[in-house]
Amino acid sequence: MIIKVEAIVREEVFEDVKEALQEINVNGITVSQVMGCGTQRGYKKKVRGTKVDVIMQPKIKFEIVVSSEEWEKKTIEAIQKAAFTGEVGDGKIFSYEIRNVMKIRTRESGYDALN
Amino acid sequence: MNTGDTGFMLICAALVFFMTPGLAFFYGGLVRRKNVVNTMMACTAIMGLSVVMWVLFGYSLSFGGNHAGIIGDFRWLGLSGIAMDEPGPYAATIPHLVFVAFQMMFAMITPALITGSLVGRVKFKALFLFILFWSIIVYYPMAHMVWGQGGFLAEIGSVDFAGGNVVHISSGVSALVFSIIVGRRRGYETTVYRVHNIPFVALGAFILWFGWFGFNAGSALAANGLAAHAFMTTALASASAMLSWMLIDVVKDGKPTLVGASTGLVIGLVAITPGAGFVPIWSAFIIGGLVSPICCFTISLLKGKLKIDDALDAFGCHGIGGIWGGLATGIFAKSSINEVARWDGIVFGDYRLFVAQVIGILVTIGVAIVGTFICLGIVKIFTTLRVDIREEKVGLDISEHGESAYPTFNGLDS
Repeated sequence: MIIKVEAIVREEVFEDVKEALQEINVNGITVSQVMGCGTQRGYKKKVRGTKVDVIMQPKIKFEIVVSSEEWEKKTIEAIQKAAFTGEVGDGKIFSYEIRNVMKIRTRESGYDALN
Repeated sequence: MNTGDTGFMLICAALVFFMTPGLAFFYGGLVRRKNVVNTMMACTAIMGLSVVMWVLFGYSLSFGGNHAGIIGDFRWLGLSGIAMDEPGPYAATIPHLVFVAFQMMFAMITPALITGSLVGRVKFKALFLFILFWSIIVYYPMAHMVWGQGGFLAEIGSVDFAGGNVVHISSGVSALVFSIIVGRRRGYETTVYRVHNIPFVALGAFILWFGWFGFNAGSALAANGLAAHAFMTTALASASAMLSWMLIDVVKDGKPTLVGASTGLVIGLVAITPGAGFVPIWSAFIIGGLVSPICCFTISLLKGKLKIDDALDAFGCHGIGGIWGGLATGIFAKSSINEVARWDGIVFGDYRLFVAQVIGILVTIGVAIVGTFICLGIVKIFTTLRVDIREEKVGLDISEHGESAYPTFNGLDS
């Protein structure tokens, strides 16, 4: 089964997660900067003397496509360990089933495309 | 006193002032996004602190009286005793206060240069206190020794037209010491520190160039031929250094870069600073042309081999550029251009100026090193120098100032 692991993590753990993924030899990572909120829905902040509601917070999203459930487990473990701080706002990891993959340069499909 | 000189000098003072905001953009653009507010805030806070200190006691200590050729005294505390319409002892054709204002801007840009080596890991409180003590322990004595009445370095014949020693060597060396003591940024060996805003770097460099004409030409303290001469040497040195750095880029990596061109022009300005009003115009081409390879080589040595985290090359550019400029002044100066120089440079057959320059440079380096150690010792009584590792990871903008420079990077405002 081809699985996509999607992790929304804090900005400051970006490098730790990146290193952890490199250590377990996962390649094929896409990273984007996103804004979001979970259950805590932000906080109040002062700008030039006035209180402002800050609802969305910047986070980092990692998207990794792996070729088996075993790899999915390894990747999720590595991300959780690296991204953990213990405070509210640590983020979440999602898993998706992928229907197909194609490598653009060679037109290979399926598991061949992931090598 | 005359209105031409006074008008010119007031405008030059404003131009030199503008260099510190320019430096804020130059340095700000070079750091990663998470530290840009902190980097610019360092320059900004210095703009405020240096002015207040200068008026209260800085000018008096630098230029008021003379004790052992090293420092002045408190005769002009709070600028009292300086009448509005008198010329003062340093320039006969402009009001004393104009000289005070012009020199004040030098006392502002000098500590701001140090901040370049410290980005990303120094507590704002620590930096602020450091600058406060450093101005008193290093800058005011240096300004006095080079430009004050009876200043020891001026007495031995060392020359420094617009502040190669006072501004660039002192700040560059202090930056090096501070950056070694505070240590490297976390992950220094493996991180790629990308320039986050190249247009800011260019903007900052252009503002520095613009202001530097006031810095160098204004050091003639009058609207005259010497000011025009300094203007031209400044223009030629920075232009040559820019082209020289572009050439180095092409030779090394095949493509000239905007960051390289901006860096080149700034170090050309640094190199011509001590000699702008002493060397013939043609020599500015050589002084500027050579400073780029010299600095480039030193920076690779410092960061590559010695692994010292002089983050934005405060020593690599200002320290080394200032040292080369001081030596070059001893090589190319002609006392017929400006009789403050007692002897000619080596190219014209005399070695005495060169020797005086070497002594001046060594004294400056010594004062900077010792002074910085003392200041850091004092600051450590009040606060630790470095932020903790979590703060360093999240970025000093958030941890020291609670501000994020570009919150709307995705077009989302909140």
